[in-house]
Amino acid sequence: MHELSLAIEIVEIAEAEARRHGNGRIQAVHLRLGPLSGVVEEALQAAFPLAAQGTEVEGAELVIEKAPLIVYCPRCRAERELDLQVWLACPVCGAPTPEVRQGRELVVTALELEE
Amino acid sequence: MSREPRVVQVRQNVLKQNDIVARAMREEFRRSGVFAVSLVSSPGAGKTTLLEKTLAGLQGAWRVAALVGDLATENDAIRLARTGAPVKQIVTGTVCHLDAMMVRRALEDWDLAALDFLFIENVGNLVCPAAYDLGEELRLVLLSVTEGEDKPLKYPPIFHGADLVLITKTDLAEAAGFDREAARKHLEAVAPGIAVLEVSAKTGAGMDEWLEILRARAASARL
Repeated sequence: MHELSLAIEIVEIAEAEARRHGNGRIQAVHLRLGPLSGVVEEALQAAFPLAAQGTEVEGAELVIEKAPLIVYCPRCRAERELDLQVWLACPVCGAPTPEVRQGRELVVTALELEE
Repeated sequence: MSREPRVVQVRQNVLKQNDIVARAMREEFRRSGVFAVSLVSSPGAGKTTLLEKTLAGLQGAWRVAALVGDLATENDAIRLARTGAPVKQIVTGTVCHLDAMMVRRALEDWDLAALDFLFIENVGNLVCPAAYDLGEELRLVLLSVTEGEDKPLKYPPIFHGADLVLITKTDLAEAAGFDREAARKHLEAVAPGIAVLEVSAKTGAGMDEWLEILRARAASARL
């Protein structure tokens, strides 16, 4: 359960960014989350209100956007998106794809602020 | 009627602070000529026993030290300190992983230049440590033969992030009905091309090879 530590970081980022953008009550925090980030979405959702308690983020919604897992297939010489996230192999030719181009994201991407 | 909220674009990596500290430590390890190795596994996969034998095997020829993360108790540190190497415990309390800031704090009063190898034993956990860079040069993930061959498929991020996987407790492989081929196939599925080595810290099988890998990787990192 490192999601509480992460939720606290997210709250701190949201507070700092809201101040930078002229304040306003924070209604929602948008997060982009990759399947290889090692984060359990449900645990993060559960931890977020706890982390937000007593801060300017209290009451805000955490909107999680799932990032795709994109690998590079050395045989096809092309980027491929994997549906089944665990098996790192090209869905077209079956070659192993050690190179992950996207999928580790854990990024705050946007805030919704009340005017 | 509520007004439309204003949407502001942000692009902030949640682990930014950890990553900045980890990068700075990696630089410092390199400058000081110390090869940093972290160990990750589920609880009871044999990190501490492996580390005991590793410290003992390198000592004499090399200057070694260890940091040990644990939720509570200093039992592991006490066990490791018997090897004579400098050992420090990081008691994380309720935190299920080490982060770069904890490691930096623990290293504050150590002279890194006086070390050749630094081992960082993470909290026993296959989930949370995956997200945190500790500045290590080599990330070792242990998979014991008693855990089941499908662990890599259940915890892809941690195995994907490994530089080397050690299959441990191979002396128990037969009793546990361990399927080597399946384990290697599953590792290859989540981490294509990953280096895998089988060891038994108890009988010593594979330990010479493991120590040789450490020496070789440290030597090439120091070039």
